[in-house]
Amino acid sequence: MQQVFKKPVSLKDVQTHFCPGCHHGTFHRLVAEAMDEFGVQKRTIGVASVGCSVFLYGYFDIDVVEAPHGRAPAVATGVKRARPDAFVFTYQGDGDLAAIGTSEIIHAANRGEDMTVIFVNNTTYGMTGGQMAPTTLVGQRTSTSPYGRNQGKDGAPIRMAELLAQLEGVAFSARVAVNNPKNLMDAKRQIKKAFRYQAEGKGFSFIEALSSCPTNWGMDPIKANERVGTEMCAYFPLGVFKNAAEF
Amino acid sequence: MTKRLFMKGNEALAMAAIEAGCRYYFGYPITPQSDIPEYMSRELPKLGGEFIQAESEVASINMLLGASATGVRAMTSSSSPGISLKQEGISYMAGAELPGVIVNICRSGPGLGGIDASQADYFQAVKGGGHGGYHIIVLAPASVQEMYDLTMLAFDLADIYRMPAMILGDSVVGQMKEPVVPNKRPERNLPPKDWVVRGKGDGEQRVVKSLYLGDGELEAHNWKLHARYGELKAKEARWEEFMLDDAELVVTAFGSAARIAKSAVMAARDKGLKVGLLRPITLYPFPEKGFRAATDRCKKVLDIELNTGQMVEDVRLSIARDAEVFFYGRPPGAGSLPTPEELLEQITKHYV
Ligand SMILES: Cc1ncc(C[n+]2csc(CCOP(=O)(O)OP(=O)(O)O)c2C)c(N)n1
Ligand code: SF4
Ligand SMILES: [Mg+2]
Repeated sequence: MQQVFKKPVSLKDVQTHFCPGCHHGTFHRLVAEAMDEFGVQKRTIGVASVGCSVFLYGYFDIDVVEAPHGRAPAVATGVKRARPDAFVFTYQGDGDLAAIGTSEIIHAANRGEDMTVIFVNNTTYGMTGGQMAPTTLVGQRTSTSPYGRNQGKDGAPIRMAELLAQLEGVAFSARVAVNNPKNLMDAKRQIKKAFRYQAEGKGFSFIEALSSCPTNWGMDPIKANERVGTEMCAYFPLGVFKNAAEF
Repeated sequence: MTKRLFMKGNEALAMAAIEAGCRYYFGYPITPQSDIPEYMSRELPKLGGEFIQAESEVASINMLLGASATGVRAMTSSSSPGISLKQEGISYMAGAELPGVIVNICRSGPGLGGIDASQADYFQAVKGGGHGGYHIIVLAPASVQEMYDLTMLAFDLADIYRMPAMILGDSVVGQMKEPVVPNKRPERNLPPKDWVVRGKGDGEQRVVKSLYLGDGELEAHNWKLHARYGELKAKEARWEEFMLDDAELVVTAFGSAARIAKSAVMAARDKGLKVGLLRPITLYPFPEKGFRAATDRCKKVLDIELNTGQMVEDVRLSIARDAEVFFYGRPPGAGSLPTPEELLEQITKHYV
């Protein structure tokens, strides 16, 4: 009998703490599959951020350094420069990367650090209870935007994948989602591409992963999944914004 | 004949870091320490090392965190406002038990203050500085030779005790030129770095972190760190004693202030006053034993600092119960460096 589905070896055989319907777990799996495919698990050093993905080391069977909130790209820079043979990635939320850590992500990207960044955009601060994030959509109600995000006062949501694609140091930038099988298959392809950039030493690669947060959106998993495809994709278009080596 | 070089304190420090095996440096420009990144940017590439001028001090301390987590010797340097920005990272390094050397060529404050020699960052350096209740090793060089020697020591102590180590200097010891003997890296038994991330290979997963959520885990972690600080106190406190044996007044000062104080002590001796100097070399661990022993004999201490009184608190906690402490300080700023004559006046006043 042929086995068609199995747990990636880069993932541990444990239950996650993610809420039902949360896409963090799906992205963990896709990242682990890409790691397996490139055979890099044993030389990977992951850099965890502060947010719902803080327990990266609990789910991935790899070496991990924990970074302060927003600083993962700087920590990863130190790791990669000291161990250029290691496979280095960060996994960061939208509060982590697009608010407190904007300086670190822009400059790591601009230096063209040979690393991969997985940026999970769920339009909110999941871990701290659903406050407004830099990616919260205009009109979206959160615990700190109870009247809805007001563009005049709060600014418009930041499109990180497009913003970073403009930097010379960025080799690859794409936005993906896992709300349906087609998008999921594409997400898997793009994550692998991002990994290929690093595996071949071709520079900084960035994946923006549109993700659900049913708990803080006040939705059931199905509604939350739908919102990714409708509201989120309308403002954050899926696609590849930079592919310097044309993989 | 031993080789001697005539060089600036900041350059001696950078040279010593390289001799100590440091090949990774992350920094951001700020006066009066920019000679350190300039030196490292010139020398490290020749040695296969890495120099990064980071986007901020926040980034540079986190680069240090990342590099140290892989087990290499790495350093960052800055001056007071930049050191404030590094506190978050220093706290994470302390929590994650990461070595790493941080240099503060202290300038005057608060705020933007000025660039003059200052010792106003004493509290920040020795009391933790960032959040969470921790300590780091703090060494206070008083000469260019010590800028060299203590930097090498800082790397060793950081590795032995798995904690960040800071060199606390100022523009006097950083910018002045003196002869230096470029000593070889001392041989020392260092513990194996069996905790570093390297890619797990066929071994067990390794994690460098400061998050402990399990029942009782964080308390145990804090007690473990506390015990290490105790060990540090017992084994690594260092101080210089100068003419203390028959002293009737103990002058104490660290770093650049101790240089001026020493001149004043010698001038006092010329006048027949029995005065000595106790100079803390390690500010953390504080040389409690040195102060206790000195004040068991001599009951008067004059503490001199380039601030309004910081180390004096630790002096008061360390002395014999019946000893008396006087303080003389000049908060930093242009024109506020005390002269030996000014300190001699203080000595004479309290000597009686
Ligand atoms: C310096 C600092 N400020 C604030 C926090 C509190 N905090 C923890 S996680 C988080 C936001 C997480 O949101 P995000 O990065 O979007 O990740 P998510 O949980 O949504 O996946 C915040 C503000 C912190 N840990 N450190
Ligand atoms: S709070 Fe949101 S982001 Fe965090 S685990 Fe739950 S659903 Fe996922
Ligand atoms: Mg988020």
